Amino acid sequence: MEYSNYLYLAVLLFCVGAATVLLRRNAIIVFMGIELMLNAANLAFVTFSRMHGDITGQVVAFFVMTVAAAEVVVGLAIIVSIYRSRRTVSVDDVSLLKN
Amino acid sequence: MINAAWLLIAIPLASAALLLLAGRKADTWGHWLGVFASAASFILGAGLLLALLGRDAGDRVHDVHLFDWITAGDLVLHAGLRVDPLSVTFVLLVTFVGSLIHLYSVAYMSHDTDRRRFFAYLNLFVAAMLILVLADSYLLLFVGWEGVGLASYLLIGFWNHVPTYATAAKKAFIMNRVADVGMIVALGALFSVFGALDFASIETSAATGGASEGMMTLIGLMLLVAACGKSAQFPLQAWLGDAMAGPTPVSALIHAATMVTAGVYLIVRSGPIYDQAPMALLAVAIIGAITLLFGAIVGCAKDDIKKALAASTMSQIGYMMLAAGLGPIGYAFAIFHLITHGFFKAGMFLGAGSVMHGMNDDVDMRRFGGLSRYMKITWITFGFGWLAILGVPPFSGFWSKDKIIEAAFSAGHGEGWQPWVFGMVALFGAGLTAFYMSRLFFMTFHGKARWNSTGADGQPERHPHESPVLMVVPMVVLAAGSAFLGLILAAGGRFATWLEPSTGHAEHHDPVLPIPVIIAATLIVVAVGVVIAWRQYVLAQVPAIPPVGSPLTRAARRDLYQDDVNEAVFMRPGQYATRALVYADKKALDNSITGAAGLLGLLGLGLRRLQNGYVRTYAAFILIGLVALLVAAAVLWN
Amino acid sequence: MTSPAEAVLFWCLAPLMVLASLGLLFARKAVHATMSVVFVMICLAVLYIANEAPFLGIAQVVVYTGAIMMLFLFVIMLVGVDASDSLVETIRGQRYLGWMIGVGLTIVLLTFLARVSFDQGIGHSATVDQNPTAIARTLLGNYVFPLELVGILLVTAALAALTMTHQRRLHPRVSQKDLADARVAHGRRLTPLPSPGVFAGRNAMDVPALDPDGNPVESSVSRVLRARGQDQVAFVDPDIVQLTEAGESAPATWNRVNANTESAPEAAAPNDSVDKSTPEEQEK
Repeated sequence: MEYSNYLYLAVLLFCVGAATVLLRRNAIIVFMGIELMLNAANLAFVTFSRMHGDITGQVVAFFVMTVAAAEVVVGLAIIVSIYRSRRTVSVDDVSLLKN
Repeated sequence: MINAAWLLIAIPLASAALLLLAGRKADTWGHWLGVFASAASFILGAGLLLALLGRDAGDRVHDVHLFDWITAGDLVLHAGLRVDPLSVTFVLLVTFVGSLIHLYSVAYMSHDTDRRRFFAYLNLFVAAMLILVLADSYLLLFVGWEGVGLASYLLIGFWNHVPTYATAAKKAFIMNRVADVGMIVALGALFSVFGALDFASIETSAATGGASEGMMTLIGLMLLVAACGKSAQFPLQAWLGDAMAGPTPVSALIHAATMVTAGVYLIVRSGPIYDQAPMALLAVAIIGAITLLFGAIVGCAKDDIKKALAASTMSQIGYMMLAAGLGPIGYAFAIFHLITHGFFKAGMFLGAGSVMHGMNDDVDMRRFGGLSRYMKITWITFGFGWLAILGVPPFSGFWSKDKIIEAAFSAGHGEGWQPWVFGMVALFGAGLTAFYMSRLFFMTFHGKARWNSTGADGQPERHPHESPVLMVVPMVVLAAGSAFLGLILAAGGRFATWLEPSTGHAEHHDPVLPIPVIIAATLIVVAVGVVIAWRQYVLAQVPAIPPVGSPLTRAARRDLYQDDVNEAVFMRPGQYATRALVYADKKALDNSITGAAGLLGLLGLGLRRLQNGYVRTYAAFILIGLVALLVAAAVLWN
Repeated sequence: MTSPAEAVLFWCLAPLMVLASLGLLFARKAVHATMSVVFVMICLAVLYIANEAPFLGIAQVVVYTGAIMMLFLFVIMLVGVDASDSLVETIRGQRYLGWMIGVGLTIVLLTFLARVSFDQGIGHSATVDQNPTAIARTLLGNYVFPLELVGILLVTAALAALTMTHQRRLHPRVSQKDLADARVAHGRRLTPLPSPGVFAGRNAMDVPALDPDGNPVESSVSRVLRARGQDQVAFVDPDIVQLTEAGESAPATWNRVNANTESAPEAAAPNDSVDKSTPEEQEK
């Protein structure tokens, strides 16, 4: 099996994540879509790291993971505080920025 | 010892930072910290002097490497200190006079709520001045140069709640910036010619003829412009009189003894450059001669005691510039006069401060008179300074000023028009000096009192008294310096020999007149000046309202119209130009830009529809962009 | 090239992962979506280990499955399990656009991948030492400054979450007495809600109680169970069935037992809270 199969898998996961962001309205699920995209990118990093025999790819994936953790904490906090004030987790209800 | 020279700068700098940062907590002890920092620098400086005296004359120039400062491509600049007789002389002058003036300020500023800030600025000044004189390259010198400018600005405007004082500070700052342009151009030219900015390499390259004479003349003239601004020389002299707005100790330290002499230091330090540029050197001498007369004439007409002293400072620095402009033969005399002047002029400024202290901060000499009975010590110490600046033997000024007059009579190798012109100017200047200083001295301390203790007869009510001991002690020390320093240093040409490692050896040329004739002529001229002043201000009644006077007097009172010239030549055209620019800006530029902005606004109105506020739509836009980019990349790839 | 065993592992896991990830797109309930993502994360960890990245594999389990996804679950709990998507699209054309872009992006990316020819690949074994050691070398060597930055970022994020979810008390604290007063004033129910199963044949959590008339009491079942649609039809006593079969006139309400429970539970569920200003949880 070629290493590149992992890349195909990464692409598929990434696209599913992207589609989730576009299609779902529950902020939590949208957020999980983003996490999926990050993980797909990580898989690609790890695969490339192995292809080139270069450990840096794994280090970058590690950084992605940590940054994602920080992002999740803040993002979920935002979702919770939005839910508290507006009783909704739908991303479409938070659209005051228009016009 | 020499390697610890950086401590000289670090101590006052740290003290200044501490005083500024410590806040009101330091109000009770801050001034003593300031005095201590300055005194510590003086002790270190004395140590440097001993270290240098312990070496042979040929081994007295030391460059101390501190750290690599700027490294950019081929340009490698080190920050380093040059410890040599010239810089150590300056260090001692700055720290010794500085320490005395710190001490004086403790008492003088005791009623000021911001005394701590004042001492912080004074320490900042001392640190910057030491950087200036100890720097081993023009660039580090420039750092100190700007540092003293900043400290001068802060101290002139120390009482900046008075708008005129704040304006005076700004005036000094701006005129110094004009001069700094000269400095920056000189720096650039030096770097382009020699590829280095440190004194050592420039000295070697200049001596071996590394640059054309035209280039050297340009550098010399630009350095002269810089020196003119800092030392208040013609035509950048206008700020010095207004700078008297600062507290009197500041006037004594910065605007009499040390900072304003930095220009002379720069010229002397740049000796190797001026050696290759005789035209620039001549320009220095001419500027010095003009300022000498200019300051003396202004000084004859001023009624404000501090402004009269400022005019005198200008004139005395003119002497130093004239001496420096005579080439190697004059460098040592310029520095010598600078040192003695630093003592007697600082002493006189402190005396003026003491007089103001006793006279309710009045500065108008027409309301003084007969103070010698009430302020004995001030009178005697001021008198020593007066005799010194007159050049009466054996006071300090005699040894330094007479040397300059002699050197002026031997200008241009003693041939052509130069010795006669410069010599006569210097001689005439000595007479004028005698007149205006005697006028100042007599108007203040002698004659009939033009005040009384009751305020009767329309005269001001004053209760003159001697100043506290902290103010008196520095005045006494400086008076002692005014009296004996010249004799001590001049004996056997000791000072010139001491400076030789820095200034180079000068061939001696005979003046066009025999030396005894010159000395006699000088003393006669001085005596004439004193006698005229005696007649006019002691024997005759001094009117409380200044008489109209001759056109020359009126001009001198207005500083020979220096401000009017500056305003007419620079300020007004500048204002017209800016107004025209503002008009053009409003009509042409603004309209075109508002038009463009209007167009963009219309565009924005259209684009606004895209912003529906839904995050998912924005995400869709991002992904559409990504897909489009990928497709474009794929197409281009083929 | 990979080993045959790895190929088997990949071909087993990859289709499952894609399927599970599709759960994100199609699951109606957030919890289901979360569980499918958890599955994807665990499989990814396995693939990392297969990819000669054991350290990342472990980190994936610990960080993603253990921490991040559990955090998601907690938030879903906080927000309420009934907060599911309605399927009605609010933005005109968004669904169409979303599918277009999703599919388009997949096609473009896959085409790209297919057109690139990759080298054989050398793997890590030939070039570097043990995996965690090598990562530690790189991470604490070349990347030590970014590592510090990330540390700062994490601390900042924790503080940010604390500040953002911190609630300032805007109204005076509501005591039990205030609640009771409010109920009396508004004519609400004063007694506790009935517990489930009372008078019914069973005492289970998910069976509604029957009132004396034999009607099931909706509010006796936990709101969460009703939101999930997990409440049961009230168990009807065999005696009553016998009565019915014997032609005795059972009370008319008995027949409504089935009719009521067949209707969608969600419609009635959220509206039985006592007072808007009081936390609903206190009632159940």
